[in-house]
Amino acid sequence: MNEILSATVITGMLNTMFTLATPLLFAALGETFAQKSGVVNLGVDGIMLMSAFAAFYVVLQTTNLWLGLLAAVAVGFGMGLIMSFVSVTMKAEQGVSGIGLQMFGLGMSSLLFKVMVGTVKTVSGFPRLEIPLLSRIPFFGPVFFNSNILVYIAFALVPICWWILERTTIGLMIKAVGQNPAAADSRGINVDLVRYGSVCFGAILAGVAGASISISIVNLFQDNLTAGQGFIAVALVYFGGWTPIGVMFGALLFSVANSFQLWMQVLGVNVPASIANMLPYVLTIVALTVTVYRGRAPAALNRPFLRGEN
Amino acid sequence: MAYTPPIAARIDHMEMVDIVKQFPGVRANDHVCLDVHAGEVHAILGENGAGKSTLMRQLYGMYQPDEGEIRINGEPIAFRKPLDAIRAGIGMIHQHFMLVPTMTVAQNVALGQPSTRGVRLDLDVVSERIVRLSEEYGLAVEPDAAIWQLSVGEQQRVEILKALDLGASLIILDEPTAVLTPQEVSDLFATLKRMVAEGHSLLFISHKLHEVLEVSDRVTVLRDGVTVGTRPTNDTSRDELVKMMVGRDLKRHEHRAVGCGDDGLTISALHVDGDRGEEIVRGVDLTVRCGEILGIAGVSGNGQRELAEALAGMRPITAGTVVIHGNDLTHVGLNERVKAGLSFIPEERMRDGAIGEFTVQENVFLRDHESPEFRRGPFLRFGDMARHASRLVEEYAVKTPTLDTPLKNLSGGNIQKLILARELSRRPTVLIAAQPTRGVDIGATEYIHKTLLEQRDDGTAILLISEDLDEILSLADRVAVIYNGRIVGTVDRAVAEPHSIGLLMAGIYE
Repeated sequence: MNEILSATVITGMLNTMFTLATPLLFAALGETFAQKSGVVNLGVDGIMLMSAFAAFYVVLQTTNLWLGLLAAVAVGFGMGLIMSFVSVTMKAEQGVSGIGLQMFGLGMSSLLFKVMVGTVKTVSGFPRLEIPLLSRIPFFGPVFFNSNILVYIAFALVPICWWILERTTIGLMIKAVGQNPAAADSRGINVDLVRYGSVCFGAILAGVAGASISISIVNLFQDNLTAGQGFIAVALVYFGGWTPIGVMFGALLFSVANSFQLWMQVLGVNVPASIANMLPYVLTIVALTVTVYRGRAPAALNRPFLRGEN
Repeated sequence: MAYTPPIAARIDHMEMVDIVKQFPGVRANDHVCLDVHAGEVHAILGENGAGKSTLMRQLYGMYQPDEGEIRINGEPIAFRKPLDAIRAGIGMIHQHFMLVPTMTVAQNVALGQPSTRGVRLDLDVVSERIVRLSEEYGLAVEPDAAIWQLSVGEQQRVEILKALDLGASLIILDEPTAVLTPQEVSDLFATLKRMVAEGHSLLFISHKLHEVLEVSDRVTVLRDGVTVGTRPTNDTSRDELVKMMVGRDLKRHEHRAVGCGDDGLTISALHVDGDRGEEIVRGVDLTVRCGEILGIAGVSGNGQRELAEALAGMRPITAGTVVIHGNDLTHVGLNERVKAGLSFIPEERMRDGAIGEFTVQENVFLRDHESPEFRRGPFLRFGDMARHASRLVEEYAVKTPTLDTPLKNLSGGNIQKLILARELSRRPTVLIAAQPTRGVDIGATEYIHKTLLEQRDDGTAILLISEDLDEILSLADRVAVIYNGRIVGTVDRAVAEPHSIGLLMAGIYE
């Protein structure tokens, strides 16, 4: 037990926590934008899987990590367009179209993997990037400033997303469209365009989230690589009360549990692995149950807009 | 994205020429013409469903006309979306406010406008503009207040500020007084006068005659989607406008001596609790004879709603009795009451009287689908049902495109006529009518009044509950006044006069 509480282990555990939070943070920040505009995109997990495969495959072929990331962004954008077309233009039930997108991503990424790769292969992903000076800060340096670049980008996005939503005209439009699309429409705002933009921005971040798993955390691809993290990301948006900072704390809560159970397994603590694996998910459910933020939800969430009907 | 230039060109003259707009089953506008000059208030008068809102939505780019054209300063112009209308200098104050309740006043005004700082919001600059406009037009609001905290009157001021801040020179006001208190209405009119003095053109939509006469320079009347005529307000009268709106003179109801039938409905020492468990009806004694309308007058909230619901069987009776034709119905359920001859026209028609998403025909059969006339074993006889429904729709002049139209697409007056048709087709011997004409237009109100009087002449005992004293005095044979859950006086109509009833309603008696 003393081993677990040693400084080295705690540093390692917290460092792992920030790394594991990265995909959740990208995906949940993106989903925050989609939901702020009134669209629930339940297809996040499917987008992550497709993008994770795309990034992995491009890196496998070219060894160029940035090209891999670009592929993930492109795939995310494409799937975002599909989601927008179905739920914004065609006004389909958002929950159903999102689940459809997720099933598509799950099946398609497995199929492509079997056909194009076949066996388990690994790539060398984004390396750790020690930030000079900052990484020398006692305790916090090794915990945070010794991670790969995607981790830094993800956490830098938190204040940037907050700034966009709270301090720009674009953020005001997105929120208005999610709260009262008829009001936005009467001010000459193109409701559908704002929703396309928000959903696609969210899908691009989901794509980066997928890449952050396949080319920076595990550096490989396999069937159902995300293990439902896309759904956790959607849950984190509710947990975080539709705010970037809240979403970040949610992501850290999930990943600290995940990091803890991984380190317990590494250290050989005598707990069945399946029970340990369950821990972060159970924690998420409990956290969602106790923190009910219903009142803060965008009022037009899940409601297609048709002029003259509202 | 949707940026708009802050200052629009000034509109000296706007014309809508031969506008036609067809919706499935309804021609909402049929060659409608309208024009407005700078510095003028032009009122558009018409009953619900006359096509006023449709016309205005075309002017604001929300719908496109099928035929006809819109001209601004003589130039034809097409509006494909609201943004086009905004750019041309048109603003609209919608009947249901277009505000984001979670945001502040300044955020709502800034929404959709370019910022002076590019992509960064300039709420402080917007707030300064709001303060300046507030002073200029007498529209007091606090820029940092959240919309949901404001009163309805304040929210309307924000709507007007939004239009002014965009530089609108022609402003459409869609039923702006419908939700305001009398004091707020006079504040609004003062603001409108200032706007006109500054050279704005105003289109004022209403179905309230006295407001139109007070505020407008010219009036255009629409009926069934057609322009009936345009008059200078100084050269017209209330009676002429009513005739133009309704299409005929309104008849005055004849009164006959009270028919002394048997007791239809007898209420004794009735006690009923309110929603929060407090006693709200405190010992009501009333008798309604067959062939008589007994009106219950009173200010809202004195127990009328609870009394009506208790009589209908929708609210438990804590003490006292309700007897219909000698049958004690105090503690029986809704179905038994209906079988005993009771019908009920509820105050909240969309909550207790009908289902908006259901079709017209389905609403006719909400209760009577079990009647042997309309079923064969467990199966419904749709042919007979359709015949019955279409007979009622015709007989009661319910305006609906088809029997399969969802009820919510009908106007309030037509929905109420359908409920009346359904309740009366059961040939009740006792009818409880709670606020039967609230929110209903003039034509339908007249029709409902006529029907109630015919029903009385057929020998039905009618209990009419209304907060509209004019309605009570024009229909009831006897008037009972309710105050604080008790009947504080009953007078025959022959000797009833508004002043003394008004005193009773205010709780001044003895």
